[in-house]
Amino acid sequence: MMEYIELLYVVSTILLLIGLRKLSSPASARKGNLIAASGMILAIVVSIFSPLEGDNGNYLYILGGILAGVLIGLFYSRKVKMTEIPELVSLFNGYGGACAVFISILEILKFNDTTSLSISSITYTALFVGSIAFTGSLVAYGKLSGKVKDWRSSISSYFNLFWLVLCVGLIVFQVLNPELYIYLPIVILVVSLFYGGSFVFPIGGADMPVVISLLNALTGIAAALSGIVYDNMVMLLGGVLVGSSGIILTLLMCKSMNRSLLNVVIGGFGGDTEGAEGKYQGTVKETSVNDVAINMRYADNVMIIPGYGMAVAQAQKTCKELEKILTNKGVNVNYAIHPVAGRMPGHMNVLLAEADVSYSKLFDMEDANSKMSDIDVCLIVGANDVVNPSALNEPNSPIYGMPIIEVLNSKNVVVLKRGMSKGYSGIENPLFFHNKTKMLFGDARDSIEGILNEIKTMD
Amino acid sequence: MLEVLDFLKENILFINLLIMTFYLGFEIISKVPAVLHTPLMSGSNAISGIVIIGAIFLVRQAETTDYLTIILGVIGIILGTINVVGGHAVTNRMLEMFKKK
Repeated sequence: MMEYIELLYVVSTILLLIGLRKLSSPASARKGNLIAASGMILAIVVSIFSPLEGDNGNYLYILGGILAGVLIGLFYSRKVKMTEIPELVSLFNGYGGACAVFISILEILKFNDTTSLSISSITYTALFVGSIAFTGSLVAYGKLSGKVKDWRSSISSYFNLFWLVLCVGLIVFQVLNPELYIYLPIVILVVSLFYGGSFVFPIGGADMPVVISLLNALTGIAAALSGIVYDNMVMLLGGVLVGSSGIILTLLMCKSMNRSLLNVVIGGFGGDTEGAEGKYQGTVKETSVNDVAINMRYADNVMIIPGYGMAVAQAQKTCKELEKILTNKGVNVNYAIHPVAGRMPGHMNVLLAEADVSYSKLFDMEDANSKMSDIDVCLIVGANDVVNPSALNEPNSPIYGMPIIEVLNSKNVVVLKRGMSKGYSGIENPLFFHNKTKMLFGDARDSIEGILNEIKTMD
Repeated sequence: MLEVLDFLKENILFINLLIMTFYLGFEIISKVPAVLHTPLMSGSNAISGIVIIGAIFLVRQAETTDYLTIILGVIGIILGTINVVGGHAVTNRMLEMFKKK
């Protein structure tokens, strides 16, 4: 019997692997997701019905729990708006982390004299990593949904370093002296949970895509560690796959911002922009809906550069309409997508796909930059840091070195913006003061609708 | 120190497997186009809910009067299932939008 069970776990591991592989190419992605899901279902069903030492059944609780989870999960996934995907993914990730925390606690309660050093150290590590994923994801969720404000002080990196060392120190101490203090495991739990929150707290705005994929990787690692504790291959391998793919995605995001992971985690944006302040207090040129409409209508090539502001204003469908009407009038419209635009990797792509924008109209950063000199009008919809020229020419700037979409190489730049507030990173953007740039203040969707109506009246 | 060496010796096959899987994860993902970053993340996020298996084992092994384990375990199962089902469902929803064209 046991051999068959192991075999079924192998089958589900293979399904996860194939699923993840297919998920990474556009044509087969949907199938890949379904294959991975079937692998998950197989693994869960097998774990419920396989023979188990000391089995007491309790099936009612298990099936009840699963049923509740299925209903809640389906409810969330149906209800969510596409603009809210980043916070939903963080929330789900937090739940996975919480699950890892719960099982680590229960395992630790079962420890006795015969528990080996390796098992106890792995379980405590799982508790620690799971806790970071749990509270970290909840704070990320709060930030993304606007419930938690960015807060950062100059000591926060030292503070976090202190907590990290404290967590690791306590865990090492506890593993080596398991009987010494009965309440130490609780202290470890609390300290780890706290660290997760305080680790994400100072990180904000444009760094969010990095943090979300990092937290995702951590949940995978927590699952993998629990897999070692339970000697369960599918947990282990599934967890490792998520962990490694999460890490590669994290590094990819860091690369698109030209920063190291350490810099994102410890540094945080903002703070030391002395000198840059005030330097750009020049005048901005404000423009009108009518002007922009004329500009765009009689252009040959228009490039739309979306950012998080497009998500906030829910302007993706209006952008698509603008694209449609301009295309009908013979204007060539494309979109330039910066890898870290928005709040999670690929955020803009999802929103534009929702609005039915064709994949072939989306240019990645390199392509967009190489075509920039042919562009007559760049329309920036709620993007800020990803078009900030300080990244190119101002070594003092915190984002210096980050590759950007070089809109200033085009002929005209129009920025849709609510007001003159700084970007999420809190950095001044000299683009707004450049003589090629015109600002159109107001809600992005309202502005685009205005432009649309004006264009409709032209021939 | 000796214990660590023993541990390594006993689990050498296992450690190899771990390294290979880690590498495999890297290889599978490294060439993914930007358009799939979000679905890939929410899909792999759903897979990390596999940790639910641990919660299932715990509840199955719990004495029927061990309410602490049962309650914490069932909360774990609920949260893990939300992670798995919600993650895959929302990924599917996103990918359906991509497919329309």
